Amino acid sequence: MTLANDAVGGSTQPMLSVRGLVKHFPLKKDLLGRGAGVVRAVDGVSFDVFKGETLGVVGESGCGKSTTARLLMQLITPDKGELVFDGQTVGSKSLPLKDYRRQAQMVFQDSYASLNPRLTMEDSIAFSPMVHGLPEREAIERARDLLERVGLAPQRFAERYPHELSGGQRQRVNIARALALQSRLIILDEAVSALDKSVEAQVLNLLLDLKEAFGLTYIFISHDLNVVRFMSDRVMVMYLGQVVELGDSETLFKHAAHPYTQALLSSIPTLDPDRRTETPPLAGDPPNPINPPSGCRFHTRCVHAQAICSEKMPVLALAQHGQQVACWMHVAGAAHTGAPDAQGMFKPLEVAA
Amino acid sequence: MTSLNAAASPVLPLVYERSAGYWETVGRRFLRDKVAVGAALVVLLLMVLAVFGPWLAPMDPYQSAMLKRLKPIGFEGHPLGTDELGRDMLTRLMVGAKLSLFMGITPVVCAFFIGSLIGITAGYTGGWVNSVMMRTIDVFYAFPSVLLAIALSGALGAGITNSLISLTIVFIPPLARVAESVTTQIRERDFVEAARASGASAFTIVRVHVLGNVLGPIFVYATSLIAVSMILASGLSFLGLGVKPPEPEWGLMLNTLRTAIYSQPWIAALPGAMIFMTSIAFNLLADGLRSAMEIKQ
Repeated sequence: MTLANDAVGGSTQPMLSVRGLVKHFPLKKDLLGRGAGVVRAVDGVSFDVFKGETLGVVGESGCGKSTTARLLMQLITPDKGELVFDGQTVGSKSLPLKDYRRQAQMVFQDSYASLNPRLTMEDSIAFSPMVHGLPEREAIERARDLLERVGLAPQRFAERYPHELSGGQRQRVNIARALALQSRLIILDEAVSALDKSVEAQVLNLLLDLKEAFGLTYIFISHDLNVVRFMSDRVMVMYLGQVVELGDSETLFKHAAHPYTQALLSSIPTLDPDRRTETPPLAGDPPNPINPPSGCRFHTRCVHAQAICSEKMPVLALAQHGQQVACWMHVAGAAHTGAPDAQGMFKPLEVAA
Repeated sequence: MTSLNAAASPVLPLVYERSAGYWETVGRRFLRDKVAVGAALVVLLLMVLAVFGPWLAPMDPYQSAMLKRLKPIGFEGHPLGTDELGRDMLTRLMVGAKLSLFMGITPVVCAFFIGSLIGITAGYTGGWVNSVMMRTIDVFYAFPSVLLAIALSGALGAGITNSLISLTIVFIPPLARVAESVTTQIRERDFVEAARASGASAFTIVRVHVLGNVLGPIFVYATSLIAVSMILASGLSFLGLGVKPPEPEWGLMLNTLRTAIYSQPWIAALPGAMIFMTSIAFNLLADGLRSAMEIKQ
């Protein structure tokens, strides 16, 4: 069973290209029809996912990670922006939505809620292949094969119901279901976050095994930075519906450029007593996405914030170590004292105490 | 992966282990509930009466005898006495089960299908379609159900068919309401999202993923409505809008015997007792089904 059989472009063509994705949720209007504004859940997100890689997506709760996942699955329709899957625009004639859904699947966080309590495991897995025209017998056969692949003996688990399985076992079933259409892109939305640490490790290893075996591409969404580092080739950091930093996983974890990424990384608890942090790296909650701050959305919590930060919104630009960063301190010649000069030379940064 | 398999079970069974399905579990839990099983037996007995009543009854339900009118319980040859025309009460109560149950169950069954269709459509579609459908349904809530049944029956004219139609209309709104609320709950669940993500059509998702989860609760609610329906149908007959004399039907019998309430109160109370027993049995049955289906998972 190979999955990368219907590749269109070459291996350098991005698997999924996301262009200017925007999703605003309108708030309920009052009785007089006055609008109460919009929640800017995802506000102009663009990135590429390359073939065979794992792109990690991190950020605080409410930063738009899950909305992005649902937009990528087209479970909700974006207000603006487009998805290009392997060179073809999703929803166009060359790649209708139903065909795209055969190529991209998703694993949800809540392993129990994402399984129909009235269906056996094999029926749950066989559902989507049957929707795409596979005869029932073959679909059941495929479901049992996949159960075997995710480490659940079909003889024991194929005809079980969700409530009879543990959380880890159910999440394996959900992974098997996502693989049932022989998709090439799997979106894992907090797929291991609800599991015990020991079970989580097993499922993560299973995901790595499956990725290798089937040549999959993952979008791995999580709030757990250690897990993202373990899983991802590249990492994207989101803040209030926008991408603030995007780059190679090791670079990003070693040389985080955006102050928000730095704060996130320093929030990882450490076992080293010499590296204990006494003060919280980030104070307070993220601002309200209904009325996000002007300019750089992080300036209200940023220790390096200066006048320009609240005036103009920085765009993603190449930073020192090769990652993309949306921060004025990394724009050559910007009106921030921490920014490199017009020649791109960095000045020593003075941190406000 | 292989090590996990080994840990789970060193020797795998050759046959697939099949676990008890949802309805099997519900059935087992229901059978442990003594009250519910008792109610189910009473309902079963009434069904048997409804089907085989005419053959089981000792006498002819239409045979009147002017000399033996309103005889008390235990009168010679008439264990439950006779009515105002001297007809055997036992016979008429037994034969009456057919029409009374028919009048009680049919509207609920019809309303179950129509109400579920409306409620599931509204609940699954959501948005303004839901609002329009449910607000229209809400209009019927402005009237008390008894009043609505009488008004509709009166407008359509007396007769069995018309009272069935009016009772069906009375029961569609509450059933649609229940169907809509359970469907809305299910629609929010991730497995429906996952089914949408697999590219299934709305119809397929409803058929495979929604129906199995919503029909149970709607069915339980419908069962509890049978008692209400029987009482309303009896009420319509009592008012002369439903079954016509001389047909044996409990509501109608209650009506024709009401003049005897001072001379033979026990006889006059018998049809009422049957209605009471039947509605209690259906209510307890619905209660038992509800608790049997509340499986904590």
